[in-house]
Amino acid sequence: MGTSSPETLLVCEHCDTVYRRRPLARGEVATCARCGAELERHHALSVNAMLALILTAMIVFVQANMWPIVTLGLSGQQSSTTLWGVILAMWREEAKVVSVLVAATLFFFPLMKMLLLGWLLWFGKAGRRAPGFVPLMVALHRLGPWTMSEVFVLGALVAIVKAHTYFDVTPDPGIYAYAALTLLITIFAGVDLRQLWDQVPERAA
Amino acid sequence: MSALPRAAELGLIACTVCGLVCRNVPGDPQLDGDGVDDAMACPRCGSTLRRRKPDSYARTWALLIAAFIMYIPANVLPIMRTASLNDIDDNTIISGVVELWVKGSPNLAIIVFTASIVVPVLKFLALGTLLVSSQQGSGWARAQRARLYRLVELIGYWSMLDVFVVALLTALVRFSVLSLVEPLPGVIFFGLTVVLTMLASMSFDPRLIWDGKDTDD
Repeated sequence: MGTSSPETLLVCEHCDTVYRRRPLARGEVATCARCGAELERHHALSVNAMLALILTAMIVFVQANMWPIVTLGLSGQQSSTTLWGVILAMWREEAKVVSVLVAATLFFFPLMKMLLLGWLLWFGKAGRRAPGFVPLMVALHRLGPWTMSEVFVLGALVAIVKAHTYFDVTPDPGIYAYAALTLLITIFAGVDLRQLWDQVPERAA
Repeated sequence: MSALPRAAELGLIACTVCGLVCRNVPGDPQLDGDGVDDAMACPRCGSTLRRRKPDSYARTWALLIAAFIMYIPANVLPIMRTASLNDIDDNTIISGVVELWVKGSPNLAIIVFTASIVVPVLKFLALGTLLVSSQQGSGWARAQRARLYRLVELIGYWSMLDVFVVALLTALVRFSVLSLVEPLPGVIFFGLTVVLTMLASMSFDPRLIWDGKDTDD
């Protein structure tokens, strides 16, 4: 075997310094003594708690995508849109690149991330590795920074302020769902998903 | 060997995908900065184990230069057209910020200015500095450079802000002849700039910062 007791050593991703792993107390974060990058943090959330968060995020995500985000009014006329309205509008207006970008970073990647996590955690709850655990964990890693729902919330805020000077602006439920989604994403941002490799060990099967 | 041994000195190699630390059997233990051709797969996740990201300098330079080329039309060309009954108004990124400052809220104007102008420029300067200093094996301000890289990674994707604003306004402001918003080519170039700078910062390997002549403080 080419491995040397995987659980005992830790290598800083940002500078390659090797550390001996030690258990962290609640709230502790291990940082690299050479470059200052974060090595590892205490897992405050159990698999069950993460699963609950993901399920909540899925429900909120459906709402954020179904409900209109904001309504504009101009001399009696009204106009509102959902996320897919935005994607289709950009496609029609010959900004297909932007349309694809919006669809990927605000719909498909977040959706994939939630579905992958939901699947992995559902089995992880029972202490089992989900079918396809290894390739799915790698896919989850590759999704990396390409989900941008939180940027969209700020963008919606800017759009509302810009439109405010010319139109009557009414925020719709979708924007609140997006705000809630951002909150959930922020909680999740502190979770190192690599812990699943250790928490759901391979079993001789 | 210093008090803080590095993976290469101990003949170890860490998987960049799952974090597993493996013993590095084949391959050249010498650090050449551009990855050793170990055709070894991680026993846990199956990804190829590499000492450094492959061709990190060449790829990062290429993506950064491409991003910079895109950034010029992104700023020069208008990103959005506002058409009303008697008036057509084309906005660039800068004029959008100015308008927000004058008519709306200065606070948001600062946020948009930061996301659309400061962050991309900071990324060009920061990644350029990191590339040049690491290629020279410079020992200058290593800890600060490492922090700079982490900052670039953290804030990079917030530049998409303006793209989302234009997209949302396009979908919302459609009152036939009274008022219309259309996206203009600038926004496409700007979107591409953001994606390319994100790819550039992902392809840079921060471990290269520490690979030069060893001047361990």
